[in-house]
Amino acid sequence: MSTAVDLRGSALSRRRRWTNRIATASMLGAFGVAAVPLVLVLVDVAGKGVPVISAAWFTRNIPDVASSALATKFGASDVAPVVYGMAPAIVGTLLTTGLATVLAVPLGILGAVYLNEYGRSRRLARVLRFFSDVMIGVPSVIMGVFLYAVWVVPRGVDGRSAIAGALALGCLMLPIVVRATEEMLRLVPDSLREASLALGATTSRTTLTVVLPAALPGITSSCMLAVARAAGETAPLLLTIGSTRFLNTHLSGVNTALSTQIYANVTQPGGEPLAWGAALTLITLVVLCTVAARLITSRFALAPS
Amino acid sequence: MLESTIAAPPDLTVTAAGPTPSILAPPAELLVFDVRGLTVFYGDHRAVRDVDLKVRARQVTALIGPSGCGKTTLLRCFNRMNDLIPNARVEGRITYHGADLYDPAVDVTAVRRRIGMVFQKPNPFPKSIFDNVAYGPRIGGVRRRELPDIVERSLRRAALWDEVKDRLGKSALSLSGGQQQRLCIARAIAVEPDVILMDEPCSALDPVSTARIEDLMAEIKSDYTIIIVTHNMQQAARASDVTAFITVEVDESGGHRSGVLVECAPTQQIFANPSDPRTESYVTGRFG
Repeated sequence: MSTAVDLRGSALSRRRRWTNRIATASMLGAFGVAAVPLVLVLVDVAGKGVPVISAAWFTRNIPDVASSALATKFGASDVAPVVYGMAPAIVGTLLTTGLATVLAVPLGILGAVYLNEYGRSRRLARVLRFFSDVMIGVPSVIMGVFLYAVWVVPRGVDGRSAIAGALALGCLMLPIVVRATEEMLRLVPDSLREASLALGATTSRTTLTVVLPAALPGITSSCMLAVARAAGETAPLLLTIGSTRFLNTHLSGVNTALSTQIYANVTQPGGEPLAWGAALTLITLVVLCTVAARLITSRFALAPS
Repeated sequence: MLESTIAAPPDLTVTAAGPTPSILAPPAELLVFDVRGLTVFYGDHRAVRDVDLKVRARQVTALIGPSGCGKTTLLRCFNRMNDLIPNARVEGRITYHGADLYDPAVDVTAVRRRIGMVFQKPNPFPKSIFDNVAYGPRIGGVRRRELPDIVERSLRRAALWDEVKDRLGKSALSLSGGQQQRLCIARAIAVEPDVILMDEPCSALDPVSTARIEDLMAEIKSDYTIIIVTHNMQQAARASDVTAFITVEVDESGGHRSGVLVECAPTQQIFANPSDPRTESYVTGRFG
């Protein structure tokens, strides 16, 4: 019998096998621990939110749960059953986040194009990059206070509106979009830029026809992260859009949003179901937006196969 | 006569105003590039120094030499791709059909429209095969209905048409490395340049693909002036008409290394009977 080469795992040293097992096990364990809060949040929000949501949720004004609770407490017998509705906050969130996206995303992408394709390491680009980084770190409530001071206060009673909210969220999104998009543009290999320039294309043409399409999927993802962040912001909206229980589809006038409704209702007697419903609606909205953006960009990007 | 149609100095200026310098074109072999005392700096580092070189039309000129001698740097001076490197600086003079390439009035996009380039690593755009070839003509303002003809002609010229004609809409990244490089050549041909610069176009390819590209060069040199940088001396011997040997010279005082052009002669002469001992030791494999 010839001595065959032993390729079985047991031929490896005991130490190597155990190191491998321990490393794999601890990675799986870490993933499990990381997933626990995520799953708990989703299960909890869905469990408490789903019973609240019905067709009326998307069409009705927000009920005055505090008064109903008070009336019940003092023994009133003719209290009408509360119909849960959240239409004003859904509309308000769509208005403010939508307008903020329209303002911040094109501006942010253009800024990133300047930083990466034109400015590169020039002094102006370095300064702008530094301030973008600082702005990302600024707490969101500061944006709220800023817009409160320069937009809401000068307009007096009419100051709080979806526009004011959108401006605050836009200021918040802008630096995120700029820096994330710049990172995506940096990932586009220079060989593609050179190929285009060597064919006699200008830098602007190269950016529009080669660099941006190549970076599009990444830019979409980073913009959606910024949108999701803005949609969930509470502090700047509390100061800038005010609060109402009634539907307002206009950009002007006091409005409301899902995030501020969560904040207001969670501490209000009888308001807890409203808060859970609003939380579930917000999560669903963000997921839907992300999926839609992915679907749209996948049509433009030619998959590398 | 073919030469007469291209003998006029090209207008490379932005405004097309003012007289362009002209030379009397040599009747037999038209001078395309005339390099005089070219020195290239990257910051303080002198990458190439005092290069004198003449490149003639309808010929393949090969630049050979050891790694890091500045072959690619020299090549990228011909279509001003070195402009993209932040602290690169060029001294000396390169004329292209008599026009100064580094004149401040020169528009680099006009230069690159006439002087195409094929890179070391195939770099097709992440677009369809058709869109890759049509890219140059499109930015040149060619009408949409003329594009299919141009694409077909360019792909045929690059000996790629038969392999891709049924899948022009597929991603260029689905092609093999050799096919991608031929696609890049087709893309460069599609803008109908005068000169094609090739920067080690076969270094990432297998011998079969390399042979195809060399055949292709022999085939298209009747229409284009080709300058090729290569590591591969057999390739220079097989494919080029004129060979320039560049080597690294170390400055005794400072220890700076910069590339110098040792000699430039018909390829046969460079390989059979070089006039400089440094060339001889390189081509016979004793150095580099």
